[in-house]
Amino acid sequence: MDMTGIAGAAAFLIGAPVAGGLLAGIDRIVTARMQGRKGPPLLQPFYDVGKLLQKSRLVVHPHQGLYIWGFLVFLLIAGALFFSGGDLLLSIFALAVAGVFLALGAFSVNTPYSHIGAERELLQMMAYEPMLIIAVLGLYQSTGSFLVRDIVASGRPILAELPGVFLGFLFILTIKLRKSPFDLSSSHHGHQEVVKGVTTDFAGPDLALIEIAHWYENILLLGFTYLFFVPLHPALGIALAGATYLLEVFVDNTHARLRWQHTVKLSWWTGATLGLANLAILDLLR
Amino acid sequence: MSLFKKSPWVLHYNCSSCNGCDIEVLAALTPMYDLERFGIINTGNPKHADVLLLTGGVNAQNMDVVRSLYAQMPDPKVVVGIGICALSGGIFAPCYNIHGGAATAVPVDIYVPGCAARPESIIDGVIQALDILQQKADAMRGRRRPAALAEEAA
Ligand code: SF4
Repeated sequence: MDMTGIAGAAAFLIGAPVAGGLLAGIDRIVTARMQGRKGPPLLQPFYDVGKLLQKSRLVVHPHQGLYIWGFLVFLLIAGALFFSGGDLLLSIFALAVAGVFLALGAFSVNTPYSHIGAERELLQMMAYEPMLIIAVLGLYQSTGSFLVRDIVASGRPILAELPGVFLGFLFILTIKLRKSPFDLSSSHHGHQEVVKGVTTDFAGPDLALIEIAHWYENILLLGFTYLFFVPLHPALGIALAGATYLLEVFVDNTHARLRWQHTVKLSWWTGATLGLANLAILDLLR
Repeated sequence: MSLFKKSPWVLHYNCSSCNGCDIEVLAALTPMYDLERFGIINTGNPKHADVLLLTGGVNAQNMDVVRSLYAQMPDPKVVVGIGICALSGGIFAPCYNIHGGAATAVPVDIYVPGCAARPESIIDGVIQALDILQQKADAMRGRRRPAALAEEAA
């Protein structure tokens, strides 16, 4: 790994919690405005996590926290791989392992709500993984490399070559960001039918870790979104990735939650039609 | 930093209220009053909650439920009793199965008066409860604020 790679990974490890927390704050304000409310202060997510860290640690069993550390550590690995310009495939596999750790943590406790949440988490993974792989394959087909630094340096008109893959990716991004209509396993809003799904039995500092991990995850996903805008000026690309996030917030506020059957079916169909068709057409045109 | 005051997460439980106070609690969450301005979130989960809102008196059947909810909340935590029923059982007090106010089950920190309590006074009650929450948090960390110490000495 060269110096820029190490710098990229370090920037992610240090900067992502700050950027992710701010993003969460913007998310909450925009959501409130869309609902005709004023909303919390921008720094509210930091207040929340700070408070959670100060609460007493209430656990069902001692190794419950281990799974959460697994979730966080594998997210860090996935993000560091990505932002150091490393292998995109390895990065999304580490992301999948992180997701499994979260589900394991939720399965390890007794609450039925947590179990339902964990089952739905796995179903969601089943729903989005195919399209995520197709997106990575599409980027490879367009640029000829799985390495993030090569993709960024390729200068190919990625979005023009992969419009279907991009739309399919936007679809599963909604699942990954835990937005409605796909926030089955744990909604950001309380009073869901499964209480808080996967996070139901995590209290205080453990919940804070999950929250921080989500911030890392969201920044990683925005980084992934950015890859589609690569040939543009970086500032414009980052702005467009940010706009994509706002679009997801809009979708979140205008849709009711779907059932898992629909979620899996819809995302598989999107992957099979938009994603694979795009790959096939690109192959024919070459 | 008084983070507890900036991010109180609330759990609402209806003991045996007539639903009047509950509707007022929910009204406080609407865009009109927008509790999220203060960082307040209504969670449905005791393990995520800092403030327990109780409406209505405690009866023989829900006594254990209230105690269990309270026990599942990680420290520090406060309890707000809303409405006359939560104070004394209210008009239901003479009923055969009513034990009395919320304090018959768990320690209550703040009472919000009214039948039904107004959303404004409920918000006011929660905000006042946050001072107590912060004191409990400071005590937990073993370094209480000078103000609290002075109060004790007085
Ligand atoms: S105080 Fe009044 S409104 Fe509130 S629960 Fe009791 S009877 Fe109903």
